[in-house]
Amino acid sequence: MSSVAQKKSFGSWLWDWMTTVDHKKIGILYFLGGGLFFVLGGIEAMIIRIQLLTPNNDLISAGLFNQIITMHGTTMIFLAAMPILFGFMNAIMPLQIGARDVAFPFLNSLGFWMFMLGGIFLNMSWFIGQAPDAGWTSYASLAITSEGHGVDFYAIGLQIAGGGTLISGINFLVTIINMRAPGMTYMRMPLFTWTTFVASAMILFAFPPLTVGLFFLTFDRMFGGNFFDHAMGGNTIIWEHIFWIFGHPEVYILILPAFGIFSEIFAMFSRKRLFGYTAMVFATVLIGFLGFMVWAHHMFTVGLGSTANAIFAVATMAIAVPTGVKIFNWLLTMWGGSIKVTTPMLYAIGFIPSFVMGGVTGVMQGAAPLDYQLHDTYFIVAHFHYVIVGGVVLGILAATHLYWPKMFGTMLNETLGKWTFAFFFIGFHMTFLIQHWLGFWGMPRRVFTYMDGQGWNMANYISTMGAFMMAIGVLILVYNIIMTSIRNVPVANDPWGDGRTLEWAIQSPPLYYNFPQTPLVRGLDTVWIEKQEGNESGLTPAVPVQDIHMPHGSIIPFLMTFGMFIGGFGAMFRTETSWGLPLLIFGIAWTFVAMAARSLIDDLGYYVPKEEILEDMKRERGRK
Amino acid sequence: MDLNKKFTPETWPDNPETATFEAKNKFIGFWLFLGGETILFATLFATYLALKNKGITGPEFSSQELFELPLVFVMTMLLLTSSLTSVYAMYHLKNYNFKKMQLWLGITAFLGLGFLMLEVYEFVHYVQLGFTFDNSAFSSAFFTLVGTHGFHVAIGLVWITLLIFRNSKRGLNLYNASKYYTFSLYWHFIDVVWVFIFTVVYLMGVVG
Amino acid sequence: MMKGLKKWRLFSLLAALTVFLAGCGQEELSTLLPAGQVAKDQFNLLLLSSGIMLLVILVVVAIYVVALVRFRRSKLGEDHIPEQVEGNSTLELVWTVIPIILVLILAVPTVYYTYKLGDVTAMGAVDDDGNDENLVVDVTAKLYWWEFEYPQLGIVTAQELVVPTDEKVYFNLMAADVKHSFWIPAVGGKLDNNVENMNKFYLTFEKESSELDEGVFFGKCAELCGPSHALMDFKVKSLPRADFDAWVTAMQATEGVTADKESADEGEALFAASCIQCHAVSGVGETGAVGPNLADFGERNRVAGFMKHTEEDLKKWIKDPQKYKPGNQMPPFADAFTEDELDALAGYLMELSVEK
Repeated sequence: MSSVAQKKSFGSWLWDWMTTVDHKKIGILYFLGGGLFFVLGGIEAMIIRIQLLTPNNDLISAGLFNQIITMHGTTMIFLAAMPILFGFMNAIMPLQIGARDVAFPFLNSLGFWMFMLGGIFLNMSWFIGQAPDAGWTSYASLAITSEGHGVDFYAIGLQIAGGGTLISGINFLVTIINMRAPGMTYMRMPLFTWTTFVASAMILFAFPPLTVGLFFLTFDRMFGGNFFDHAMGGNTIIWEHIFWIFGHPEVYILILPAFGIFSEIFAMFSRKRLFGYTAMVFATVLIGFLGFMVWAHHMFTVGLGSTANAIFAVATMAIAVPTGVKIFNWLLTMWGGSIKVTTPMLYAIGFIPSFVMGGVTGVMQGAAPLDYQLHDTYFIVAHFHYVIVGGVVLGILAATHLYWPKMFGTMLNETLGKWTFAFFFIGFHMTFLIQHWLGFWGMPRRVFTYMDGQGWNMANYISTMGAFMMAIGVLILVYNIIMTSIRNVPVANDPWGDGRTLEWAIQSPPLYYNFPQTPLVRGLDTVWIEKQEGNESGLTPAVPVQDIHMPHGSIIPFLMTFGMFIGGFGAMFRTETSWGLPLLIFGIAWTFVAMAARSLIDDLGYYVPKEEILEDMKRERGRK
Repeated sequence: MDLNKKFTPETWPDNPETATFEAKNKFIGFWLFLGGETILFATLFATYLALKNKGITGPEFSSQELFELPLVFVMTMLLLTSSLTSVYAMYHLKNYNFKKMQLWLGITAFLGLGFLMLEVYEFVHYVQLGFTFDNSAFSSAFFTLVGTHGFHVAIGLVWITLLIFRNSKRGLNLYNASKYYTFSLYWHFIDVVWVFIFTVVYLMGVVG
Repeated sequence: MMKGLKKWRLFSLLAALTVFLAGCGQEELSTLLPAGQVAKDQFNLLLLSSGIMLLVILVVVAIYVVALVRFRRSKLGEDHIPEQVEGNSTLELVWTVIPIILVLILAVPTVYYTYKLGDVTAMGAVDDDGNDENLVVDVTAKLYWWEFEYPQLGIVTAQELVVPTDEKVYFNLMAADVKHSFWIPAVGGKLDNNVENMNKFYLTFEKESSELDEGVFFGKCAELCGPSHALMDFKVKSLPRADFDAWVTAMQATEGVTADKESADEGEALFAASCIQCHAVSGVGETGAVGPNLADFGERNRVAGFMKHTEEDLKKWIKDPQKYKPGNQMPPFADAFTEDELDALAGYLMELSVEK
């Protein structure tokens, strides 16, 4: 385990990545895995928009269209946005709190493999029969009557991926609670760490209902359950409640880390401490809390009654208040600062008006009687894309440029970055702004085509043109990534020059043990403070150089997940094939054997000797 | 951490379950996991209450006629007692008395096994009556709620059995102390869940 | 010069007006051109909330633009180190309290309208003589068509809802197979057709549909219900009360009407042989038919809810319904009829009417 680069065979390289428990490598795996699914979901989006380019278009069939919208939504939420954010959380958050790794490196790896194989499982549906076609919300009456194995793939694939998310959530929570460097009090944590913390807590409480809901769906479809079969006494509204008790917090699980990323960017590139840090933290926690109180605003038209609708309407509007606090604090962070418009900052600047628009349309839909008109129309499509693309995806793209040097040790091209932004941002508004009006004009969502003569043609045409611009933006980004990786010009610790937090005081990318000496944190933006006081390194060590304890890599997480993966196929084909049931039992048994192996084999980790660390530190000084 | 480091009751720390860094992580992580489990069971309970006695045309099987309290009472007693014996085991863990701890954990596992056997008997009995998993929404909700708990008990039994045999030769150390302790947390948790099942499903089921 | 400018002004004004009117969508189905009290209430709420929200956007954008213009590093110099302000509790208070006030301004009418629009207590009301005070329509959504039963009047129709104007019409909504959602954009918001319970609400129609270009309001299914969700349209005809009563009487008069296999009309004979098992031609009855009731088919606006109301499209539909509405329950008849028989059948169907 020397830090000196060695020429390795492809096999050992692959083995290294499959067994890694290093949070930085797992972060990269999450980023690449999520990026792959992001492109896939993007292609699905393009097919949707091309199909809706003109009225009565028959590019794809009605059934295939429903599969594509379902997979687009599911992929983007579960397999693209969340994993990419997990990638940044993994790669950056431990560095921000001065930790050497996450609390449970083994579980971190397990979480990744469950996401990855769950996502692959879900997408296998394209090749085996058909993809799920009941919408990403998979409402029960349609989901249990949907033919073929599509919805089975949805239920089992998300079950595996969701389990991984839950594990990662707990892992981040414990990491932040237990592994902060000396002096890193809760109220000195960078905002990205804070939002990771709150989002993880939300995962902990939001994902178990999804787990249960998916089990119900699995039982109903594959094992004769009757939870949602109203002819047998079941009730489909239960699924709607369970789904949205998970689903609404999920929205905040996505947006909060993006808020965190933007908070870092505003402070860095305004060269100014985040305005109203305390208020920002409280607003984050409050949003997290209120996020669990408003799920029924997705169900205003279900017929829950006036009282329920009124209560949930008012609760929903209340969320606007802490969100507004955040917006104004960002504005005041820029105010009086020294704003440098780098690519990440450009995304942050584009984020404010985009997200404000998504936010206010959210409040409009919170007004229940108005939502009776807007619900399930293109207005809601516009709204959640403004929130998720205008908030989460812009955050992800900003973080991609911002943290690329920290994760990969080289800078993405700034000019190309700005071109990406220009195309993506203009295309985004072109695609989705007009969709608000499509909703007003009576166009329901999830329609595979529309008749001529309803006044929707021009708006749909504009929308599709915008989608092409977004696609061009993404293509430029991919080109940028490829070219940057080929050139691979190494960068210094703080390539942006305005770093304020601990991750910018160590190498890019960091050594595998992150910090040669655990740092002492002296305040919010500790690196900025140190540098202002003339400490060029930005760090004050809290301890002398000593041996560092590190965990061993392990293949068990992959094996454990693989058992679930093949067991899933067994469950699905249990009734119609002879090998289904044995495969199910074999898969479950395989997983349990892997778990037992983990429990029985002692894994105490190893120590990086002091001499090696001193060697590394000497080389680092020589490089400067 | 050194596995071979030998302790005496005097050098053994007061809180062995959180004496090392990894153990502290495990301790907090497991509490959080139980928090998530609570939500999981809460969802199952809510669904059960919504679907209680719901069938094709009203209840073919009603909870009043179906449940037999004496059997369930015995099960409850077994599980509650096993929770108590696991407390004794943890008492001996803190006092560095490995043999007694293993013994009490063995008794815990034995009682847990008794509970599980009775639950299997109960389920088989219902199935023979025709109250199968796919009989109605009520049956699906019942078997899923109670079965999920039973599944947790089974996992716990495998877990503690592995721990007892794996460590029987090597004795207590700070590496496995936290493993024993998290098991006891888990065991208490499923005991608490059962108290709720006993109340919500069986007592309230018989009352109406 | 001045004249040219004036022309240009006039032109731009016209252009703006066109854009504005286009911005309201089509009268048949736009929520921005409300044709009933419910939609008007909802539209008012839209105006109020949009107003508040535009105010918020303006304030944010104003601060944002000024900050971006004034505090650029390119202006301030590379070495400028701004003051590290921690925050300002007065400001925090301001931007907490003002949004709370704005939200309250929106919350009060929201709660008021929620209760107002959710009030169906008058649904079963009867006057002193025991007559129903309000019209009730039972709406059953099926894959992928709509059945409308008038339980007080003993009649049933499909695909085209007929209602009186200027009074509250109450609806019972249910679904026969999977969840659907009943929505007439121009007249009021949607409510779901659930499989396990009946939802109730009311709408008022304050415009006669004959004034519209298409002669009908457009209704939509707003909940994903399978492949042909997009095609699950229905139409609404709103008539003055007197005309509505006349229509009801005409519908009631179709009691016992059926198609005769021995009829001299070839179309009727074919219909009796092949179609009547699923499609009734009498408007008297209850909900629960296999296929849409066709009693007043000739007066409808569309074939199958979305195709042109011509014999040509009707024949296309009969030949291969799966091609046009995938997943629907009607079998194909391409092999069952010759082209001449199809002509006769289409002719018969187009003649089905209660108004003459």
